[in-house]
Amino acid sequence: MNIIIAGDGKVGSSLARQLSQEGHSLTLIDSNQKVLETSIEKYDVMAVQGNCASMAVLKQAGAEDADLLIAVTNADEVNLLCCMTAHGINPKLHTIARIRNPEYIDQIYEMRDFFALSLAVNPDRQAAVEIERLLRLPGFMKREPFAKGRVEIVELKVDARSKLKNVTLSELNGIVKCKVLVCTVLRDGKAIAPGGDFILRENDRIFVTAPTDDLAALLKNLGIITRKVNRVILCGGGRISYYLSQQLQHSGISVQLIEQDEERCVQLAGVLPHTCIVHGDASSESLLESEHIDDCDALVTLTGIDEMNMVISIYGKNRGVPHVITKIGHLETSSILNSLPLGSVISPKDICCNTIVRYVRAMRNQTGAAVSVHTIADGQVEAVEFLVDDNTLHCGEPLRSIKLRKNVLIASISHGARTEIPNGSSTFNKGDSIIIVFSGDGVINQLNEIFE
Amino acid sequence: MNYKMMGRFIAQILAIEAVFMLPALIISAVCRDADAVLGFVCTIGIVLLVSAVLWIFCRSAKKGFYAKEGLTCVGLSWIVMSLLGCLPFVISGEIPNYIDALFEMVSGFTTTGASIVPEVEKLSKGVLYWRSFSHWLGGMGILVFLLAVLPVSGQKGGFTMHLLRAESPGPNVGKLVPRMKQTAMILYIIYILLTVLDIIFLLIGKMSVFEAVCTAFGTAGTGGFGVKNDSIAGYSPYIQNVCTVFMMLFGVNFSCYYLLLMKQVKNVIKDEELRLYAGVALAATVIIVLDLRGFYGTLGETIRHAAFQVSSIMTTTGFATTDFDLWPGLSKAVLLCLMVIGACAGSTGGGIKCGRVLLLIKILRRNIRQIIHPNRVLVVRNNDQVVDEKVLQNTNGYLAAYAIILVISFIAVSVDGFSVETNISAVLACFNNIGPGFDVVGPVCNYSAYSYLSKLVLIFDMLAGRLEIFPILVLLSRSTWRNK
Repeated sequence: MNIIIAGDGKVGSSLARQLSQEGHSLTLIDSNQKVLETSIEKYDVMAVQGNCASMAVLKQAGAEDADLLIAVTNADEVNLLCCMTAHGINPKLHTIARIRNPEYIDQIYEMRDFFALSLAVNPDRQAAVEIERLLRLPGFMKREPFAKGRVEIVELKVDARSKLKNVTLSELNGIVKCKVLVCTVLRDGKAIAPGGDFILRENDRIFVTAPTDDLAALLKNLGIITRKVNRVILCGGGRISYYLSQQLQHSGISVQLIEQDEERCVQLAGVLPHTCIVHGDASSESLLESEHIDDCDALVTLTGIDEMNMVISIYGKNRGVPHVITKIGHLETSSILNSLPLGSVISPKDICCNTIVRYVRAMRNQTGAAVSVHTIADGQVEAVEFLVDDNTLHCGEPLRSIKLRKNVLIASISHGARTEIPNGSSTFNKGDSIIIVFSGDGVINQLNEIFE
Repeated sequence: MNYKMMGRFIAQILAIEAVFMLPALIISAVCRDADAVLGFVCTIGIVLLVSAVLWIFCRSAKKGFYAKEGLTCVGLSWIVMSLLGCLPFVISGEIPNYIDALFEMVSGFTTTGASIVPEVEKLSKGVLYWRSFSHWLGGMGILVFLLAVLPVSGQKGGFTMHLLRAESPGPNVGKLVPRMKQTAMILYIIYILLTVLDIIFLLIGKMSVFEAVCTAFGTAGTGGFGVKNDSIAGYSPYIQNVCTVFMMLFGVNFSCYYLLLMKQVKNVIKDEELRLYAGVALAATVIIVLDLRGFYGTLGETIRHAAFQVSSIMTTTGFATTDFDLWPGLSKAVLLCLMVIGACAGSTGGGIKCGRVLLLIKILRRNIRQIIHPNRVLVVRNNDQVVDEKVLQNTNGYLAAYAIILVISFIAVSVDGFSVETNISAVLACFNNIGPGFDVVGPVCNYSAYSYLSKLVLIFDMLAGRLEIFPILVLLSRSTWRNK
């Protein structure tokens, strides 16, 4: 597909990397020649320098015969104008815009056709939703929902006190007393597809497929505290904090929000009547102390500076806060981050990219295409959800007689409302949704590609 | 330095070279030239062996291919390709001396067309074909070919940009379409179509198929190896005119053809480089025609010879229809200037390139204005677009490197004791990938008179000229080979 990406920033270049790997023809637009040159050298793309909302530049970038425009500049207004202009040039064009300002949310929702948007992404809001889901079941490092929320792949860390330490995977089901499947283990920064005799060690991060209904039982049987989160401290008063506080105050959790800028505090106090807004420097120990960091249930660091978030999270972990969530905006999630006690790491950039890549894949092929795609284990493994349809091979055959491609694992099969963690005698039929876990190079676009 | 990745690349290039030698082998077999068959069979064997060994050693190459690797890789692969590509000449015994054979091969791949063979017609057909085909392959570049056929591997990312930049001539190399593979394919498709068209026109002129193909290869790569001792002089005026036109066509920036295919005729006509190219060619022809009054029988003949030589020298092909060494001084001076200017950027021709000359003129004009108005802010425009300062800087740097290499080579070859005219034209003709110069290296003579040292200097010049100097110069830099 011919895709134009307007804005070669954090998200833009990350998208350029992923989409060019998937074989799309990409043209980047940015006003800064320097960043464009870096992208040209790094990825197989073309670049146009200029204002992406101007008709001449869009035409130069080939908007007339492009299939998709992704507007991810740092200004919402420019993104919108860019999409509207491009749609005027080429009415068949699909458009995706990143809109972050909460004040625009309603009009984007109601006037989507007017703005000619196929999809509006709001990474801050998505990040807030993600954090809220984590806070609802504290203990998991990450949760990725599939099959309309009936199955999830959750991430757990095996720490010194964990019941899973030095346990083989075949003994696992006996301990957790429900059917789960460990699909990937991340050890020393490398993703491993484990077999039944694989022994879990301290500091392993494991990715477990389980029906959503069993998650609470899973936590309980693992001995991880499942005390409901009642009090949360948020550091930083950005947009994510705003969305998150709004959601948390709905569910009756008490929120303390620490923000450095006084004016912003006043503004937040105006829109968040039930949240306790504190003016001060979140990195100061005495302030955190006075906000009783010792007996809060969760600490979420959301300032605009990654280093600050990391330092506060490490401090919180050391003070024994049971659940810590760290936002990382700029840094690539690398193995260095994993060695630090940061709790769960949330990257709005990755969330935004994943949403857009999912849209692109769905666009490319309507039948047999992936319903949703999640990258797990630091991007080394992909979990893809497919719907079984008429064209799918091997319907009704037991799994033990089907030959799968290397590095492919069927993690779960959902027959309607009933979800099954598959074994050798499981089968799938038309209408089921199945989740594939896939590691290694390349992309799986079609369900039939998983068969040998 | 990621040596393994480079090794893998060179292994692939050698495999392609071996495949491309097969037609020459077949021709030799059909002509029953036992020596040539032996030469090609042995060479293909050696090339494949080297390729396989490199491949086995470098199979487990890690990712990580940056500008340094890209430049070095291009320089090295051209050298390795030439070192092995000249083996058929040696093994078949047709050019027994290795340095002579290497000179001939480098001259082929760099599309120079300078020869050390006194009697071309004595060479066997297979060898003649391989000589001409090396022009065709070297014209557009073997790495570009590799990019066109290599399966797209997502993980490898965009390192290919460095390769295209290093191998394609011109100050500002860009892609035609977003995907590198498609860009390379479009370039080669245009190239193949034009070559086929050339062959058809030559066949209409009653040329034999073998000669038409070889001549078309020489024209397409703007190389200049002919299959006859007197180059193109013995052919009919029609064939000479076809060559004139196609040489000019292959000297045009290939992105112009792409724009034509995209029906953007306006942009092509307005292209400043194309206008300069056409203008210079026209002006040079007119001056030479005026200078040659009374030299040939009729005005028509004068125009034909003048246009052919202008087109041949400017596009850096090096075919000849007449011994232009006998021409009066002004005409020779004009030809010497054309040697330096060269063809368009992004074509198969050599020289400084019209695009760079254009930028240099504009830089000069800006400097003069700046002296008059010290505080005025001036940008350089090309085709109504502001040219990045970095490109201007590189253009100046290129000119400096060009001049320095020219001077050093000139002094080095002067050791042999030929006239100044011979030496300067020999260096210019090799460095700009033209072929024939004046006097001892004139169009009816050849380079066999030079010593081996001079031949090595000229081999370096040809490679440096074809790859636009820097991919060859980085090989000599210590910081390239030092790890960390």
